[in-house]
Amino acid sequence: MAINANEVEHVAKLAKLAFSKDELQKFTGQLGEIIEMVQQLSDVDTENVPVTTHISNSQGVMREDKAVPGTSRDLLMENVPQHQDGYIKVPAIIDESEEA
Amino acid sequence: MDYFKYDLAGLHELLVKKELSVSELVKETIVNIKKRDNDVAAFLTLNEEEALRQAEELDRKGFDKDNPLFGIPLGIKDNIVTKNLRTTAASKILENFDPIYNATVMDKLQAAAAITIGKTNMDEFAMGGSTENSAFKVTKNAWDQTKVPGGSSGGSAAAVASGEVIAALGTDTGGSIRQPASFNGIVGVKPTYGRVSRYGIIAFASSLDQVGPLTRSVKDNALVLNAISGLDPHDSTSSKQAVPDFTAKLDGNIKNMRIAVPKEFIGKGVATEVKEAIKKAITTFEKLGAVVDEVSLPHSKYGIPVYYIIASSEASSNLQRFDGIRYGHRAQDVKNLEDVYVKSRSEGFGDEVKRRIMLGTFSLSAGTYDAFFKKAAQVRTLICRDFEHVFADYDLILGPTTPTPAFGIGEDVKDPITMYLNDILTVPVNLAGLPGMSLPAGSSNGLPIGLQLIANRFDEETMYRAGYAFEQATDFHKEVPTFGGQN
Repeated sequence: MAINANEVEHVAKLAKLAFSKDELQKFTGQLGEIIEMVQQLSDVDTENVPVTTHISNSQGVMREDKAVPGTSRDLLMENVPQHQDGYIKVPAIIDESEEA
Repeated sequence: MDYFKYDLAGLHELLVKKELSVSELVKETIVNIKKRDNDVAAFLTLNEEEALRQAEELDRKGFDKDNPLFGIPLGIKDNIVTKNLRTTAASKILENFDPIYNATVMDKLQAAAAITIGKTNMDEFAMGGSTENSAFKVTKNAWDQTKVPGGSSGGSAAAVASGEVIAALGTDTGGSIRQPASFNGIVGVKPTYGRVSRYGIIAFASSLDQVGPLTRSVKDNALVLNAISGLDPHDSTSSKQAVPDFTAKLDGNIKNMRIAVPKEFIGKGVATEVKEAIKKAITTFEKLGAVVDEVSLPHSKYGIPVYYIIASSEASSNLQRFDGIRYGHRAQDVKNLEDVYVKSRSEGFGDEVKRRIMLGTFSLSAGTYDAFFKKAAQVRTLICRDFEHVFADYDLILGPTTPTPAFGIGEDVKDPITMYLNDILTVPVNLAGLPGMSLPAGSSNGLPIGLQLIANRFDEETMYRAGYAFEQATDFHKEVPTFGGQN
């Protein structure tokens, strides 16, 4: 199964990435090759084989439910690109040009 | 400071005897880095002022002779967050990021009175095997500046191999410590998954990432791992397992140690000169009294596809946090919130990072999840079982670290799949959560060849013991690169 430009565009949308037309073409080709390479896994018989999604030997680590001071808001704001009065500032969710 | 003349113990002794102050050591280290980085370009950020301040404080406080890292300047890979010290993961998206906290490994190094001398270059978000994916500069191999240093911890490896620092930290998700260690002729260790806290490591693939040391000797490596290991309440995947003194079993005695060589690791695709070096290493181990047999890891050949699906899937999830809102690059000229996300990410991430996010998102999306992510997670189980079978009968697995010595800058970068295949011998170790080491075992046309040792989970001691015995029996670790006609 190769992948076509429409599918790549759909995945890009899910991943919140945008590509120019040229980039889209390049990525479609490269992703297609990578997908072909990883498809050799279909040769492996995995009937009744459980998945391994983590390899930590600790499970459900518990800690005491104790209140501790959190990080100060000022400190948390240090790397925020735009903020005002202790809040993070972002553009309108609805297109600003549509507001008028 | 000529780090080629000393190991950590030797440097420690100079400081104990007051033949050298910590301040002098730090000053000389900075001068040396500035000079040598013209050739290797290993560092992204130097911590000059703060390192000197810390050094003066340590000199005032007086020397702690029980502490082997006291006053030792270290290089730190730039995906390990350092409080108030620029941390970019070599990405434009974090170009101006100054963390407000320390990774647990940094707190531990600080408690050990080690000094962060600077942050080392890497492939962006640790995605790559050549350090060419850095958004900022191309690091060079310490032995030949037309060759890549490997990656993704290429800056850390080149810094140690060129004598800029005596030790550095890297991270290893699919070989990112061992492969650059191999390419630069030094010792690199990826500890068992869970041995070292991942808190404050900019996450790439959370079920695979580990922090580990790069050094010029096995003993130095063990000393650094001693300082950074252990359970951390901030990382629930860090292990309760007791941390032994990793230097305790460095006695050169490996009589009757049972060593397995997977035939898949010395088969097709491995360069002749690499096979030759590994054969010689096997002879050395046999002379030391080890019993070496050939075994099979039949599913290891699927390591690359399994790794690229799992690592990319985890990355696509982990890298969602880079949205231009709370930190990192925020795109200008946006019309709405969605625009902030899409434009900030599209402007901030490099091509390789985008490719992996795309592959991961694809693997996890409806319609492909079963055939890709689930399938890979099942084959991962089979890879783990292969190792379990071998470790039922053997103490250690031995093979090359990489199929070839370092390749040329610009050679592989255009073809992602060729680049991915360089990881074929290292990724199975991450998938199974095992500890792995690369150490010098020869050279070809002036380029180092690495020997990989793999131990059972939480048995780093056996790996260090065998590595030390090999190192003592050979002279490969004594070779150092030359710069401008001198060491």
